[in-house]
Amino acid sequence: MAETKKRIRVLIAKAGLDGHDRGAKVLVLGLRDRGMEVIYTGIRRTPEDIVEAAIQEGVDVVGLSCLSGAHNHLFPRVAELLAKRGGGNVLVVGGGIIPKEDIPFLEQKGISYIFGPGSQINEIAQFIRSNVK
Amino acid sequence: MEKKRLEDAVLNWENKTVSEALQRSSELREEFVTDSGIPVKRLYTPLDLEEKGFDYYPERFGLSGEYPFTRGISPTLYRSQLWRMQQYAGFGSAKETNEWYKYLLEQGATGISMALDLPTQIGYDPDNPFCSGEVGKTGVSVSSLRSIETIFDGISLRKAGVVSSTANAIGPIFLSLILALAEKQGVAPQDFVISVQNDVLKEYIARGTQIFPPKAGVKFCLDVLEFGVRNKLNPHGFFLLACGAHLALAGATAPQEVGFTLANAIAFIREGLRRGLNIDEVAPHVWFLMSTGMDFFEEIAKIRALRRMVARLMKERFGAKDPSSMSAKIVGAVKGITFTAEQLLINIARGGIGGLALACAGVQQLRIPSYDEALALPSAEAAKIALRTHQVVAYETGVTSVVDPLGGSYYVEALTDQIEEKATKYVETIESLGGAVAAIERGYFQSEIAKSAYEWQKRVESGDKALVGVNVFREEAPLNIQVRKVRPEVEEEEIEQLRELRRNRDNEKVKRALSEVRDVAEENGNTVLPILEAVKAYATIGEICNVLRKSWGEYDVEMGAI
Repeated sequence: MAETKKRIRVLIAKAGLDGHDRGAKVLVLGLRDRGMEVIYTGIRRTPEDIVEAAIQEGVDVVGLSCLSGAHNHLFPRVAELLAKRGGGNVLVVGGGIIPKEDIPFLEQKGISYIFGPGSQINEIAQFIRSNVK
Repeated sequence: MEKKRLEDAVLNWENKTVSEALQRSSELREEFVTDSGIPVKRLYTPLDLEEKGFDYYPERFGLSGEYPFTRGISPTLYRSQLWRMQQYAGFGSAKETNEWYKYLLEQGATGISMALDLPTQIGYDPDNPFCSGEVGKTGVSVSSLRSIETIFDGISLRKAGVVSSTANAIGPIFLSLILALAEKQGVAPQDFVISVQNDVLKEYIARGTQIFPPKAGVKFCLDVLEFGVRNKLNPHGFFLLACGAHLALAGATAPQEVGFTLANAIAFIREGLRRGLNIDEVAPHVWFLMSTGMDFFEEIAKIRALRRMVARLMKERFGAKDPSSMSAKIVGAVKGITFTAEQLLINIARGGIGGLALACAGVQQLRIPSYDEALALPSAEAAKIALRTHQVVAYETGVTSVVDPLGGSYYVEALTDQIEEKATKYVETIESLGGAVAAIERGYFQSEIAKSAYEWQKRVESGDKALVGVNVFREEAPLNIQVRKVRPEVEEEEIEQLRELRRNRDNEKVKRALSEVRDVAEENGNTVLPILEAVKAYATIGEICNVLRKSWGEYDVEMGAI
């Protein structure tokens, strides 16, 4: 994929009941510092809320965060609803506490990459720039 | 100490000894800082304390067990009694949790610290569609008194000794559940200790299980405190654990952790006084949960600074007379976030370092995460190793032989002062904003902490702060550790049990009890007794909270706010 120079719009979303958003907030600040337009949803958003916000804001990327173990249920649902609402081209990535063995399942369901603990902001920004459509 | 002689000696040391050493080889960095970013010197001497009057000993430090309690709240501390070794636990179904608690008690744990799942903590029943995928994941699913009966089947509250939980937004409900259980077991509430974390303010700031708007949230917490005080429960325990640990986990620096936690504690205490309670009735039952990371000395200094600030606050601002009001009782927890997902076993070393730091700091209870903290809920092996780590610190290091062993260290005392100064500024800022609730509503804490978190991330990503296994000494070794997973059937099982409960209970009785809860809530009365009746009738947590949601509203964060 060719790297793109337009200002990329990103929605960082906290899915489900998990209220830990340090990583999400740090990513918001970090991606902003790297020239992206980033919107943060706040905690406790349903997949429906997240997709609604993504469509309304016309984002290029949705970054999902979940540390409570509910990712296998929530993340695919977001990807599914996005596709249903014409957001099939939106790049969906995720992070949080996600066991390695769950990653193939999530990738199969439309999550392009899972950034686990220890991921760097540069890494995530680079991935976004290289993969955004 | 003859000041001039020392000043000359230090000058000579800098100009000659240090200078020569630096010429042979420079130091590894331009500036050395603590994890909180406080610059530290090469060597500390009495001159670093001289300005504040190092000689002015009793008033400034106190002696162990004496105001202002910098050196510890007990004169003999661990020489008389070790800290309580609790391991946070619970997952999945009530039955599995019951077996797990029995295992931990057999292994020597003294007390049960209940981990609750998110639906329980946020006041939702497991059959709420919003909870899909969440049931039993971060802790045990508790929907009613039936769940609690199963969890404690064969475990007497008297034997458990202490039951604590991270019920923060649902304080009165959790309290009632345990009181109802005690009644069934024929155990008097005074025969064991119920500890409800009950600090909803830190939820809005850093942890996210709040339910109602902040003022209602505070009121609900105070219902527990007031009930506990007036009914003389827990004479030696807490009804509210003002939490700094979660703020630190979210990114708060040491001064922020101390300052923000104190500001929250002040808000709760003020509300207690407004209800006509006496400071000496309230303060002994507000304890503190503080974290430690890996910056050994800063964390010890932080906890000493907190103790001194609490002492002064209670005595000078609130007019406390009882030394128990002025002596901060602290639960210390090694920060889970310092435990890496990479090279898991080195987290055992981190647990030892953090545990020793907390013991040097003189905490009353201590929690060490299991080495698999970053991956999942603790495996049996990992949880046992965490407990053994406590035991190594307690029995093998000598930290229990002396109270405040690092007291008098020029470095630690200087750092204690600096953290106290910075924390005091934060407390004053929050006062000027109108107190903790106002500061939360304005997003003050949240944005300060996010900034600190981002600063830390930048330091790590630039390599300025080294984290072993993360940005230095990395290994691409495959993970070969057994990770505990919650059975996916748990959610269905819990929902089915709930359906069965609703079929078999006296639904008229539940309805009446919930009505009473609503009435008391609307009149702004203490909700504990009506909730106790509802809980005994097997009303569910979700049902009780829904009544309160209708009366008090729900909290929601604006989209976009950092």
